[in-house]
Amino acid sequence: MQPNRRIDACRFVIACALGLASLAAFATDIAQFKVAKGAVYLERGGKRFPAYVGTHLQATDTVVTGADGSAGITFIDNSLLSVGPNSVLQIERYAFNSTTHEGVFDTTLSRGTLSMVSGKIAKQSPDSVKVRTPSSILGVRGTEFLVRTGE
Amino acid sequence: MRARHLGPLAALLVLGGCATSQDLVVLLPDKDGKVGKVFVHNANGDVTLDSAYASARTSGGSVQRNTVSQGELKEVFGSALGAMPPRPISFTLYFESGTDEFTDQSKQEIKRVLAEMARRQAPEITVIGHTDQVGPDPTNDALSLQRADRVKSILIGMGIPPARILTAGRGRREPLVRTAEGVSEPRNRRVEINVR
Repeated sequence: MQPNRRIDACRFVIACALGLASLAAFATDIAQFKVAKGAVYLERGGKRFPAYVGTHLQATDTVVTGADGSAGITFIDNSLLSVGPNSVLQIERYAFNSTTHEGVFDTTLSRGTLSMVSGKIAKQSPDSVKVRTPSSILGVRGTEFLVRTGE
Repeated sequence: MRARHLGPLAALLVLGGCATSQDLVVLLPDKDGKVGKVFVHNANGDVTLDSAYASARTSGGSVQRNTVSQGELKEVFGSALGAMPPRPISFTLYFESGTDEFTDQSKQEIKRVLAEMARRQAPEITVIGHTDQVGPDPTNDALSLQRADRVKSILIGMGIPPARILTAGRGRREPLVRTAEGVSEPRNRRVEINVR
């Protein structure tokens, strides 16, 4: 009886772990606005919404700020990102495995200014964090940096 | 004839494409004063930034490495920097050996977690379980997640909304104290609460 019970307990633990893993896979929120000043918008599926402190972001969302706008976003891997006025920032790809810390983080700054502090993804797999502008690609090795792009 | 005309036109378009984006990239020291690296790859060349305030500037078909002044930094990036979210902070909790009870010190630590959450806008936490180096990865991954879930339910009981809590099982990948394989180390059997 004892060994069987132990096996059952193991099965239960594994089932729970798998169940949570599959739940996590469906949790599509990857970040949250912590700061939103002036005109700040979120574009998703071709629609534009005003963004506020507490608004959640998903992979492939675009953040847009107006002339008086700026916004700060914290990702689930502790990457921190902010944009200044007149900025357009698209999250191209984001994935984070909270057990192994493996993931990808691709963003494009089409216009404006960006400040970034890289998080756990960059620490685990240095080549998986990239920031693009219309003419440059930035590879990020566990660090803090600023980007401005414009005509 | 037509094809010949396309040559210069295509070249013009490519040049036009390059000229549309003038970039400025600046590397900053982190909060401990350490500096990482940023590789800037551009049609006009590659630049590696690896010192504090080193900058890469692309314009008119070239990439120039330089250092940015504090004045320009503030002028160009002041608004973005002013909107940076606060840094995440981690707290570590320990259990009384072989029980579900937190140590007295950890009970105090939970109060600090709540205070930190109260200070922040739209606060969220990730409860991260860690194990020692005893046993294989899959077992430790499951065990660490179990520990994190237990702490999550305690925090829910204290009034933190479940939607603000993520859990993660980091297994034995991030020991607080480095030990050999198979060593039972209480300081590694812990739960970390990351507030962001």
